[in-house]
Amino acid sequence: MDLYPLYNSLRIALISTVLIFFMGIGTAYYVARMPKVIKGVLDVLLTVPLVLPPTVVGYLLLRFLGPHRLVGAFFFENFDIRLTMTWWSTIFATVVVSFPLMYRTTRGAFESFDRNVENAARTLGLSGGFIFWRIRIPCCKAGIIAGLVLAFARALGEYGATSMISGYTPGITATISTTVYNLWRTNNDDLAYKWVLLNLLISALVLVFLNLFEERRRKS
Amino acid sequence: MSLQVKITKKLANFSLDVDFTVESREILAVLGASGSGKSMLLKCIAGVETPDTGCIVLDDRVLFDSSRKINLLPQERRVGLLFQNYALFPNMTVYQNIYHSVRKGRYSGPEQERLINGIMDTLQLTKIRNNSVMRISGGEMQRTALARILVNDAELMMLDEPLSALDEHLKFSLEMELKEIIGNFGKSVLFVTHDRDQAHRLGDRIALVNDGLIEKIAPVREIFMHPDTVEGARITGVKNIAAATVKNGIVEVPRWGLSFDLCRIAGSDGWSEKDIHYIGIRMNDVKLAKGKEDLSKGNIFTFKIADVLSNVFSYTVKLYNPDVSDPLPFYWQISKDLWEPEHRNIVELYLRDSIVMPLK
Repeated sequence: MDLYPLYNSLRIALISTVLIFFMGIGTAYYVARMPKVIKGVLDVLLTVPLVLPPTVVGYLLLRFLGPHRLVGAFFFENFDIRLTMTWWSTIFATVVVSFPLMYRTTRGAFESFDRNVENAARTLGLSGGFIFWRIRIPCCKAGIIAGLVLAFARALGEYGATSMISGYTPGITATISTTVYNLWRTNNDDLAYKWVLLNLLISALVLVFLNLFEERRRKS
Repeated sequence: MSLQVKITKKLANFSLDVDFTVESREILAVLGASGSGKSMLLKCIAGVETPDTGCIVLDDRVLFDSSRKINLLPQERRVGLLFQNYALFPNMTVYQNIYHSVRKGRYSGPEQERLINGIMDTLQLTKIRNNSVMRISGGEMQRTALARILVNDAELMMLDEPLSALDEHLKFSLEMELKEIIGNFGKSVLFVTHDRDQAHRLGDRIALVNDGLIEKIAPVREIFMHPDTVEGARITGVKNIAAATVKNGIVEVPRWGLSFDLCRIAGSDGWSEKDIHYIGIRMNDVKLAKGKEDLSKGNIFTFKIADVLSNVFSYTVKLYNPDVSDPLPFYWQISKDLWEPEHRNIVELYLRDSIVMPLK
């Protein structure tokens, strides 16, 4: 059994989770402080990938990143880089679809963070950077980690947009989800079962972790 | 070390418009009902909210001046603010909360340690220095929050409704503690409260605030003896307030059926007839008539008893004047060792002229 899809899926999920961590807390921080109307509009825009069919996300991504499209053509002509059909093209898809999960949980955590704590820190002379990284983030840790775990799980299981933007090339762009689809298509049930079981195992582990974490958070 | 504040700020229902000074080493209590703009005032001075216009000067440092476009960051103001919920850094221990509140670069390492340890010792925090601030009592939280301000070299200490987050039985001892700490602070202290007893006990002077305006600012005794306005009287705990008319030197309170001689109740205070619209009388200033009162300094009135409320150590008696067609209740409070109701329905009371407060 060639484990490349497992390795590929894990690295994609990890890289997108790291990207989403910074994007999510940055966006959540600024959106949480915006006036109500702008906040409402931004919130819809930033959350919409969560409810769009992944194929629609994939379609939109191809419209931008395809070699003859706006962004894709720019990179292709100037740097000779194709943004689609590589293993890392999938990261575009996973970031877009799992970002809302991180953003929403983090924003919720930020909004319940006591403004007085921040104000007290400012009157005591502490810098904005210290307040953000040493007080706000640790205080909102639980929400942020929950968001990260959900985003990681979503990225790991992403199929629709992935198959459109990276396709399925064994050993190159294959992920667990595209591999399972391909094994089913070619009637390779034996191997398909193994991947399905492996996938179930990973998902179960993620959920167990999340539940344990929630429990600890409730206790503290 | 004085603080001068003259600011305006538009709020949802009214405007904050204040002009006052806190003298060096003075404790000024801002007394007002909840939602009167008191907390906003402190936040404007601390710099976490921005006034619309005006200026704030601490000693010789301009913290805010709208005409000169000066608006120092809260970090630069050196103004300590004790928040109502203490606003400790919840992810840190008692020691870390205090450690991070020392201004950077002000002290050498050993000096800083000495400062922190000294203050933790004084405030009895040494035993709990490594406890998370989420796991300490309300009193310990208050002391930790005060310690942060003390190590911070704040030039001014402000307290937002201190003790209001605590249970009644804790308030008593913690207020003693607080009194000692702010008394030893040695610089100006400004605190806001809705609790008149607290303002009376802790303050040197009191500013009465109502809907964003300062109604009166004066030494504690003066505020409680002469609140001057109906709102001021209410905030300082006057329970008997009634509309009055003044004619030819006689103050009439029709719904109590009482009348007073204007020059006897307010002769020396410079009240003129047209300024007086209401009369206030504190319910514990009213005495039981025993027949040997000096009638040149007051009068005896007869009231009917409508109801008697039994407090722990006193009775609050609801009275009315039976000769009035539309009577307004008149409340009287009397210690239990001086009087018992015993099915009485009439009581004779002695009202000294000096207890009658003319109000605008």
